[in-house]
Amino acid sequence: MKAFLNILNVNAFTAFIFLAGISSYSLAGAALPAPVELQVIDTPNDGGGSLTAIWAPSPADTADAQYQVLLGEAGTDPASLKVIAEFPANARYVKDAKGAWWTRPAERSWHHYVIRNGKGVDLKDGTLYAVTVAMRRGEERVVGPLLQATPSPNWFNWSQVNNLILALGFGALVFYTISHAKRNNIFLRRIPGLDAVDEAIGRATELGKPILYLTGAHDMGDPSTIAAAVILGRVAKRTAAYETELMVPHREPITMAVCQEITKQAYLEAGKPDLFKEDSNFFITSDQFSYTAAVDGIMLRKKPAANFFMGSYFAESLLLTETGASTGAIQIAGTDSDHQLPFFVTTCDYTLIGEELYAASAYLSKEPVQIGTLRGQDMGKAVILSVILIGTLLATVGVATGGSWPQLFLDFFKDLK
Amino acid sequence: MIFLRRRLPLLITMITGLLFAGQYYVPHPSSELLLTSATKWLQIIGGFALVLGITSLFHQHAVKIRRQEAGWGYSFVLYAGVFVTVAAGIFARGKESFEGAMTGFGWVYSFMLVPLQGTMFAILAFFIASAAYRSFRARSREAAVLLVAAVIVMMGRVPLGEYLMPLSGDVSQWILNVLNASVRRAILIGVSLGAIALSLKIIFGVERSYLGGGKE
Repeated sequence: MKAFLNILNVNAFTAFIFLAGISSYSLAGAALPAPVELQVIDTPNDGGGSLTAIWAPSPADTADAQYQVLLGEAGTDPASLKVIAEFPANARYVKDAKGAWWTRPAERSWHHYVIRNGKGVDLKDGTLYAVTVAMRRGEERVVGPLLQATPSPNWFNWSQVNNLILALGFGALVFYTISHAKRNNIFLRRIPGLDAVDEAIGRATELGKPILYLTGAHDMGDPSTIAAAVILGRVAKRTAAYETELMVPHREPITMAVCQEITKQAYLEAGKPDLFKEDSNFFITSDQFSYTAAVDGIMLRKKPAANFFMGSYFAESLLLTETGASTGAIQIAGTDSDHQLPFFVTTCDYTLIGEELYAASAYLSKEPVQIGTLRGQDMGKAVILSVILIGTLLATVGVATGGSWPQLFLDFFKDLK
Repeated sequence: MIFLRRRLPLLITMITGLLFAGQYYVPHPSSELLLTSATKWLQIIGGFALVLGITSLFHQHAVKIRRQEAGWGYSFVLYAGVFVTVAAGIFARGKESFEGAMTGFGWVYSFMLVPLQGTMFAILAFFIASAAYRSFRARSREAAVLLVAAVIVMMGRVPLGEYLMPLSGDVSQWILNVLNASVRRAILIGVSLGAIALSLKIIFGVERSYLGGGKE
C-alpha cells in the first residue's frame, strides 16, 4: 500500500539531505533521536493544496517531548523554515487519522501530520516546498532530514472507492431485478395510502369538489419532487377519467412547467384532452409561509374533497394538513422528510412513509419494470441489515480481542470523505 | 421530432447524470469547477423560469378578478402588493437601508413581510395543540402507546416535568436515542435506497413519465 501511494505522489522528493545549517543550533551529543524514515508526500485523494509528513515512531515518544513540523519554500535557507505545528510526541499517529486501511500512507504506529492551508500556511499547487520534522524536549532539539515535495490535486478519491463499489453493486442489483421482474410475477404488499387514492378521487367526484395536489418544498433536482411529479401523472389520469377538477399549486416554476407537461399527457392518455386546463398547475410563490397562507386560503375557499401532500416538507406541513383536516377533506401524504412524519401521521388519513413515496409509482402503474426496482430495494435493505449485524459482531470481537483485523471489513462500509 | 422530444432529453439526462455521479469521486479543482458552473447554469435557468411562474400567477388572479370568483378581492391585494413592492425596490435600488435610514423597500420587508411570516409561523403552536389533542385520545392501542410516550418525553424535556417525574428524564432520553433514532435510521435507509433506485431509473431512461409525452 505504501508503495502504491508513493506511485500516486510522483512529486514527492525522497532524497535525504541532512541539515547542516539547522543542526548547528541543535545541541551537540543530544540524547534525543532525530525523527527517522521521514517522508513528505503530496496528500493523496485531495483537491490539492496539502502535503503529508509521515515518520517512524521513536523510543523518545513521550508526553514531555514535542514534535515540530517546519515548512518553507524549496531553495530558501533551511534556518528560515517556519514552525507550523507543534504537538506532544505521543500524538498524531496514522491510526488516529480518519482513513480506510487501503489509503493508509504508512504503518498504523507511524506518526502522521497533514499540512493544510490556513493559519499562516499557504500551499500552492505545483510549487516545491521544503519540509522537515524536529523533536524537542526542554532545551534539546534535533532536526530530521530536509525533504521536498509538491502539492498537487488528484483525479480520484480512493477513500471513496468503497462507496463507488457499493453504488455500482446496488445499480447492478436493481437492473438484475428489473430483468427478473419482466419474466416473473413479483408479490407487492398492500400500501393502504395508495389504495386510498382511488377512494379519494371517487369521493371528490361524488361531492363535485376539486382535488388539491402539492409536490413539496424542493425543486425538480430532488428525488422526492420527481417521485411526487410521477405520482401526479397517475392521479391526473384518474381525475381525467372521473372528470374531476385538479388543482396543483407550485412553489417552483420549473416544477410547475414539468408538472404541466405530465398532467397534459395524463389527460391525453385518459382520452380526455379537452378537459385539460393549462392553469390546473399554477405558481404561487417560492416563499415558505406565503405559499402556506395561499394554499390554506384555497383549502378554505374551494374546500377540496381530497388533499395530496407528496414530496419534501418543512414547518409548513402541519399548517397545511391541519387546515385540510378542518375542512373535512380526505388527506393522503407521502414524504421522505422524517422530521415531518409525525405531523402527517397525526393529521392525515393515510401517510406514505419514506420509501413508500418512491414505491408509489410502481404500485400504481403495476409495470414489471417498476416493480422490479422495488425488489432491488428490498434486497439492498437485506444486504444493509446483514452488514449491520455482521459489523456489530465483528466490532464487538475486535474490542474484546484487541485485534485490528475486523477493521478490514468495517472500513469498507464507512462513509469516508 | 421524436428525437427532439424524447431521445435528446433522455440522452442529456443520461450523460449529465453519469457525469455528475462521477464528479462526486473526483476531488480535482476542475471537477469542483464543473459543479459550480452547472449550479450557476441552474440558477440562470431558474431565473428565466421565474418569468413563467409570475406569468402563471398573474394569469390565475386576472381570471379570478374577471370571473369575480370567491375571494377575488384578495387578487387585487396581490396585484397591489407586487407592484408596490417592485416600485419601492426600484426606487430604493434594491437596498433596505440607505445611509442609515430605512428605505421604503426596507419598510415593506421589515414591517409587512416579516410580521406576516411570523404570524403564519406562530399559528403552528396552536395547530400543534389541536393536532396533539386529536391524536393523543387513546382510541386504539397504538394511540395509547403514542400518548404514554409523548407524556414521558414532554415531562422529561422540561425541569418541572423531571421534578414531578424523576425518571422521565432518563426514560425520555432512552425513547429518543434508542427507539426513535433506530426507527428514523430505518426510514432513512429506505428513503436513501428509494432515491438511489429512482435516480438510476431516471439516468438510464427506465422512468420517463417526468418528461410528459408518455411512451414512444
